[in-house]
Amino acid sequence: MSDTADNLDDLQLEVRDLAVHYDGIRALHGVSFTVLKGEIVTLIGANGAGKTSILRAVSGLIPYNGAIGFEGQDLKRVAAHQIVKRGIAHVPEGRGIFGNLTVRENLQLATWQRSDKDEIAADYDRMLVLFPRLKERQHQPGGTLSGGEQQMLAVARALMSRGRLLLLDEPSMGLSPRLVQEIFRVIEDINRSGTTILLVEQNANMALRIASRAYVLETGTVILSGTGRELLGDHRVREAYLGT
Amino acid sequence: MSESIVYWLQQTLNALQLGSIYALIALGYTMVYGILTMINFAHGDVFMVGAFFCFIAAVYLGLPFLPTLLLTMAGAALLGVLIERLAYKPLRNAPRVSAIITALGLGLFLENFTLALAPYPKHIPALLENVTWDLGGVSVSSLQIIIICLSLGLMFLLDYVVHRTPVGMAMRAISWDKTFVPLMGVPVDLIISVTFAIGAGLAGAAGTMYALAYPVIDPYMGIMVGWKAFISAVVGGIGNIRGAMIGAFILGGVEIMVTAFFPSTYRDFVAFSLLLLLIVIRPYGILGKPRTQKV
Ligand SMILES: Nc1ncnc2c1ncn2[C@@H]1O[C@H](COP(=O)(O)OP(=O)(O)O)[C@@H](O)[C@H]1O
Ligand SMILES: [Mg+2]
Repeated sequence: MSDTADNLDDLQLEVRDLAVHYDGIRALHGVSFTVLKGEIVTLIGANGAGKTSILRAVSGLIPYNGAIGFEGQDLKRVAAHQIVKRGIAHVPEGRGIFGNLTVRENLQLATWQRSDKDEIAADYDRMLVLFPRLKERQHQPGGTLSGGEQQMLAVARALMSRGRLLLLDEPSMGLSPRLVQEIFRVIEDINRSGTTILLVEQNANMALRIASRAYVLETGTVILSGTGRELLGDHRVREAYLGT
Repeated sequence: MSESIVYWLQQTLNALQLGSIYALIALGYTMVYGILTMINFAHGDVFMVGAFFCFIAAVYLGLPFLPTLLLTMAGAALLGVLIERLAYKPLRNAPRVSAIITALGLGLFLENFTLALAPYPKHIPALLENVTWDLGGVSVSSLQIIIICLSLGLMFLLDYVVHRTPVGMAMRAISWDKTFVPLMGVPVDLIISVTFAIGAGLAGAAGTMYALAYPVIDPYMGIMVGWKAFISAVVGGIGNIRGAMIGAFILGGVEIMVTAFFPSTYRDFVAFSLLLLLIVIRPYGILGKPRTQKV
C-alpha cells in the first residue's frame, strides 16, 4: 500500500503488531491488518484462532500489546465505553443480549453516549422498519426472543450507537440457513448505506463472498490475506475452510 | 371497634414501621448483590454510621429534621462509595472469599472506629414533635406515620429509578451480565458506584429514622438490624428489589406478632426459624428466580 494522503484518509482501522495474552498464555501475536472506509473486511479462522480476541481488543474490553488506531487516533488509552463514542460498534460473540431488558430497552441502552433525542427516536423507528420482527416484540424481555431474533436485535442495537465501523463476531452462528442468508443480506445493506464492516466468521464461504478483503488467522497470527475473491479461489483456503 | 380489630390494627401499624426500616436497609443488600453478586456484609454498619451521622447533624450542628435526614443520607452515600472504591473494587476479580472477608473486616472496622470515637451510647434528641392520636383505640404517633410514609416514598422513588430511568436500565443490564455493558457506551464502574451510593444513602435514611424511633444508639446497633435486613432480602429473593421490600415487611410483621403472643425473648428465635423454613420451601426467595431479572 502506498502512503499517499488519499490512502491515509481512507484508513479507518489500523491494527499493528497486536498481541493478547490470557493469564500469561499467548492468544494473539504479531497481528497486523487494516480496514479502509466503506469496506467489508473479513477475518476467517478456525475455532480458537483468535478472532474474538482481536475484536475484544479493538473495543477495549481486554488489554493488549501493539497498536490499534481508529481514524488516525490511538485507542490504547481509551476506555471501552468511550470507544463506542469514537464510532466503533460491536456485536459480540453470542450476541450479548440483556435478557432481563425489553427489546426497546436493549436498543435504548446503546444510545447512552448520544444526546440527540430526536435523532435517537428516528433511529429507533428505522430499526423497527429494518427488522420488522423486533417491532412485534418491542416490549418483550430480550431473553424471550429466538436465536435469530436475538441476532437481529444485537445488530440493531449496535446500529443505535451510530458507529462508523461495525464489528460483527460470528453473526451467523447457530442460525438456520435461511436466517444466515437474511443476516448476510442485512450486513450488505448496512455496508451499502455507508458503514464500514469488520466481520469475523467461521462460515467462510458466505463471508468471503461479501468481503472486499479478507485475512486468514491461524493460532493467533495472520497467515494469508487478499481480496475475498482471491481467497475463495486459494487452494489452502478451500481445503481448510471451505471443505472442497 | 371491637377489641381484637383494634389490637390487630395496632400491631399492623407497628409491623409497618419496623418493616419499612428493614426494607430501606434490605434494598442496599439486594442492589449490590444484583449488580456484583456479592454480599456487602458491611452494609449493616453503614446503617449504624448513618445513625451517628444523624446524631452529629442533630446535636453538633443543631440541624432540624429534614436537613439532618438529607445530610445523613449524603454522608452515608459517600461512605458507601468510598467502601466500594477502596475495599471492593480492587478485589473484583479476586476469589470470592477475599471479598467476603474484606466486607466482614470492614464492618468490624466501622464498629470499632465508631466505638473509639463514641465509647458510650448516644441519645438522639427529638427532632420532630411527636403527637399521638387515639383513633378508635388505635394509638397512632406522628413519628410512626412519618417513618412509614418517608420509607415508602423512598422505595417508590427507587423502584422508579431502577425501572424507568437510563441509570436503572444500566444497573439492570449489569446485573444480567456486565461483560458487554461497556459496548453500549455505559461506564460500568460509575454505575456500580452509583448503586453503592443509593444503597448506602437508603441505609443512612434508615439510620435516621431508627434513631428517631429508638433514640439510644451505639456502635453495635447495626449488627442485628443488618442481619435481619439481609435475611429480608434473601427471603424476598436476593437481587430482586420488590422482593426485598416484601421480605422486610414479612419479617417486621412476624417479629411484631411473635412479641404479641410470646415472651419478647422468643422474638428473634421464632422469626429466624420461620425465615429458615421459608428459605427451605423457596430457596430463591419469594420473587427470586434462578436466573432472570435481578436488580
Ligand atoms: N477469557 C479467556 N481466558 C483464557 N483463554 C482464553 C480466553 N478467551 C480466549 N482464550 C483463548 O485464546 C485463544 C483465542 O480465542 P478466541 O479469540 O476466542 O478465538 P476465536 O474467536 O477465533 O475462536 C484460544 O486458545 C482460547 O482458548
Ligand atoms: Mg470467537
